[in-house]
Amino acid sequence: MAHHKFKIPSDFGAAREVQKRILDDVKTCGYSPQPTFAIQLALEEGLINAVKHGNKFDVAKHVSVHASVDATQTEITIEDEGAGFDPGCVPDPTLEENLEKCSGRGILLIGAYMDFVQWTNGGRCLRMIKRNEDGDK
Amino acid sequence: MPDQAPPVAVVQEKDIRIVEFTNNKILDEANIAEIGNTLNALIDEMSSPKLLLDFNTVDHLSSAALGMLINANNRIKQKNGKFRLANIKPQILEVFRITKLDKLFRIFPTRQDAVKSFSE
Repeated sequence: MAHHKFKIPSDFGAAREVQKRILDDVKTCGYSPQPTFAIQLALEEGLINAVKHGNKFDVAKHVSVHASVDATQTEITIEDEGAGFDPGCVPDPTLEENLEKCSGRGILLIGAYMDFVQWTNGGRCLRMIKRNEDGDK
Repeated sequence: MPDQAPPVAVVQEKDIRIVEFTNNKILDEANIAEIGNTLNALIDEMSSPKLLLDFNTVDHLSSAALGMLINANNRIKQKNGKFRLANIKPQILEVFRITKLDKLFRIFPTRQDAVKSFSE
């Protein structure tokens, strides 16, 4: 099992490096294409949310990422230092009246692709798990 | 900043502009912004835009990329143009289905099918 702890500045370059490290472990553990795709997508969306919408690119704020990867599952926690949000109050982007809006789909995709998703600390902390199996999710 | 190939290549077939992605990932924000600027420039130069995006090479995209596509779709609609997507791999098509954007965009299995649809 691989464990990683990162504390990165609020910029996409640092987030990209975190993604690479975690995905390297996922590949090393022999995940099949479907869960690998899911983890990559959810990680991308979670980190963008934390850097852009959470910390709003504030250089004084950081994003903490914990990842545990083994052959059976990957668990990732992403926490920002922003104002937080209520995930239950995000407009449903799949409603017809919201389809032409350009944003608001990241949370939907995280929920659709991961097996377990939990928001805590007022929406600042995202915990998500993906099992290494081919399935419907 | 190292020299990098542009993220898209544009070919013209009659009055249709066909955009091909040169990278298999549409993830990076700067990359997405550059693609969006290219699409906007193409849309602006046509009076009634006919734009086809060929996703043949694309293996990954983010919600920010979807936002860029919606923006292009909205601009084309404003000019009474036509916007088509084609050649989308199954795992990417699933992203469009989950977000229900397969209802918003006209998506075709092949580039040829999409080209034909412009004369419907």
